[in-house]
Amino acid sequence: MKIKYFDHAATTKLNEDVLKEMLPYLTEEYGNPSSIYSLGRSNKKAIEDAREKVAKVFNADAKEIYFTGSGSESDNTAIKGVAYANRKKGNHIITTKIEHPAVLDTCKSLEKDGFEVTYLNVDSEGLVDLEELKNAITDKTILITIMFANNEIGTIQPIEEIGKIAKQHKIYFHTDAVQAVGNIDIDVNKLNIDLLSLSAHKFYGPKGVGALYVRKTVRFNKFIDGGHQERNKRAGTENVAGIVGLSKAIEMAYEKLDENNRHLKELRDLYISEIEEKIPYVKLNGHREKRLPGNANISFKFIEGESLLLNLDIKGICASSGSACTSGSLDPSHVLLAIGLIHEVAHGSLRVTFGIENTKEDVIELITELEEIVNRLREMSPLYEDFVDGTYTM
Amino acid sequence: MKPKVLLGMSGGVDSSVAAILLKEQGYDVIGATMKLWQNDEEPECNSGCCSLSSTYDAKRVCDLLGIPHYVFNFMDEFKQHVIDDFINQYKVGKTPNPCIECNRYLKFDIMYKKAKQLGIDYIATGHYAKTEYSEKYNKHVLKKSKALKKDQTYALYNIPKEIVDKVLFPLGSFEEKSDVRKIAEQHNLLIAKKPDSQEICFIPDNDYVKFLKENMNDEIKEGNIVDTNGKILTRHKGIINYTIGQRKGLGLSKSTPLYVVKLDKKNNNVIVGEEKDIYSTEVLVEDINYLLFDIIDKPLDITAKIRYSAKEEKAKLYPLTDNTAKIVFENKQRAVTPGQSIVFYIDDCVLGGGKII
Repeated sequence: MKIKYFDHAATTKLNEDVLKEMLPYLTEEYGNPSSIYSLGRSNKKAIEDAREKVAKVFNADAKEIYFTGSGSESDNTAIKGVAYANRKKGNHIITTKIEHPAVLDTCKSLEKDGFEVTYLNVDSEGLVDLEELKNAITDKTILITIMFANNEIGTIQPIEEIGKIAKQHKIYFHTDAVQAVGNIDIDVNKLNIDLLSLSAHKFYGPKGVGALYVRKTVRFNKFIDGGHQERNKRAGTENVAGIVGLSKAIEMAYEKLDENNRHLKELRDLYISEIEEKIPYVKLNGHREKRLPGNANISFKFIEGESLLLNLDIKGICASSGSACTSGSLDPSHVLLAIGLIHEVAHGSLRVTFGIENTKEDVIELITELEEIVNRLREMSPLYEDFVDGTYTM
Repeated sequence: MKPKVLLGMSGGVDSSVAAILLKEQGYDVIGATMKLWQNDEEPECNSGCCSLSSTYDAKRVCDLLGIPHYVFNFMDEFKQHVIDDFINQYKVGKTPNPCIECNRYLKFDIMYKKAKQLGIDYIATGHYAKTEYSEKYNKHVLKKSKALKKDQTYALYNIPKEIVDKVLFPLGSFEEKSDVRKIAEQHNLLIAKKPDSQEICFIPDNDYVKFLKENMNDEIKEGNIVDTNGKILTRHKGIINYTIGQRKGLGLSKSTPLYVVKLDKKNNNVIVGEEKDIYSTEVLVEDINYLLFDIIDKPLDITAKIRYSAKEEKAKLYPLTDNTAKIVFENKQRAVTPGQSIVFYIDDCVLGGGKII
């Protein structure tokens, strides 16, 4: 069975050119970058070249880029690192209700250690209210951490305005940009971003490697003790091949940013308009315009996203439900609840995230399958029966 | 196209071997583990049906066999139909069979609906039982497993009769559990030596009295232990601590041994009597599911068993109204317990079953 992949927000296929750049560092170039001999030096050079490439993308300085093991590690390092290093200045952190668990759970863990966290609301399209943000700031606030673009509903936050507010109040601003990097042009100076997390496998790079941008002026504590790697902020022998892969992948993503985005938006808009036309009782989640180019999150009322997902899987189609993963809890997605969806509608959501290898034909096939599956599931749905009878309204 | 079957998998030997057999029989097998309860505080135990490690084991078996595996979260339904029912039955002085409720509401209702939603025609489990077409009854029937010692039809009588032909029990023809383990070993399944699960899965330490105390604290009241004439003999610590037929632990020092005859919830009394008082031939049954017939309008000769471990005994079934019946055994039955299921057989076939009033 041929697999059709529509889950690029989860991960992407490693680009072959990226793999080619990585391969020497998995074979012949095996030196430890910290060693002084030639085989070490060539590895160290590869890392620093990579650092410069990444910095260039964000209009940052190479010394402001730290390589990590994942987006989650970057988030943890940024938030805990800033919180503990600036504790004397204050203990208050502002974030939102729709962050990725890597941010939310990090904040919760800090709450247990005496920090106070404000979780901002979002509107029905997933946008934070800048006035609410301003009002939340106290003289104890040391960090604002707000995601660049949401992983479930794709909504892009007004990052520049948030950056301005943070700067005015001399508060550090971290953004989890894991979903945005590779899809959105980001200039950390123009946007007043102090810290930014990213992960390579979201833009056709390898898994197991991420990066964290930290503005030079930001005080933050190291996360892993040990050797002096990454300017003494992250101990551990570097994942050289991964770092090289990350830099090649990010370079390629931004070389073709406009072209790729045009393609993704075309697929996304085709999908959304066709679904809205062909299938009744659907709701697009997130902002219609201010959304990631490849993201379409749609609730199909009266059915469960999980059943939809498994039916698609049986047909070889990979997508994701907005609700918690199948082995997790039954609670619907915190993001969908935060934008005001009732449980039944939140449960029926399907996140489709397109990638550069997807074609129009793929999208049409997906829509055809969805029509059939949604109709069949609705025929079996007691909620739908009640709705048709008029005993249930939503 | 191969017929599709959704197989409930606990990560144990039986359901894992069921997967192998169904695959060999030419089915397109999809493994499913139901996530039914979770105790995050306790370290994992070995024998629970649905702990995280069981899900992991099931997934690894499916990986090895090259079949898909899904996890279904049915925690809400399990709480409602099994755990809450378990507690509520004890509250009214009855002794429930949680596995029967789980089969009824989870495996052969919600899981079957899930299969239908996925376009899968059949469901299967690793129970020791059989379903097959019977010319005599002109329908698919539920039959006892060949391994009579392991037969689990007692816990399966609540399968809706409309879906008996959609339920597969691939282990029904095995005579020995050791043969099942052998197959697991031949396929290099790591779980081949895993012990059988015994307890109630949501009470891993098997201490159901402790569990009930934790879940119905203020409703457990001390009361009197009385004899069959109502004479108070001593005090008790709450009727949940007692079961019909119990002799030990009553705190009585009579010369003739006394047994629990009845739990009188209304007066919060434990009634005790002599051994002869715990024997009866007549059993009233409610909430009956008949598998073999749509309607029963005349008395039937059957065999029946009053608990999982009881022997089948000859009896006559007298149908009554409202899905109830009176069963009259040829021989006296020991400690007939309200709340327990009684299952009726005609020859090898399950006629149906219900709950003892």
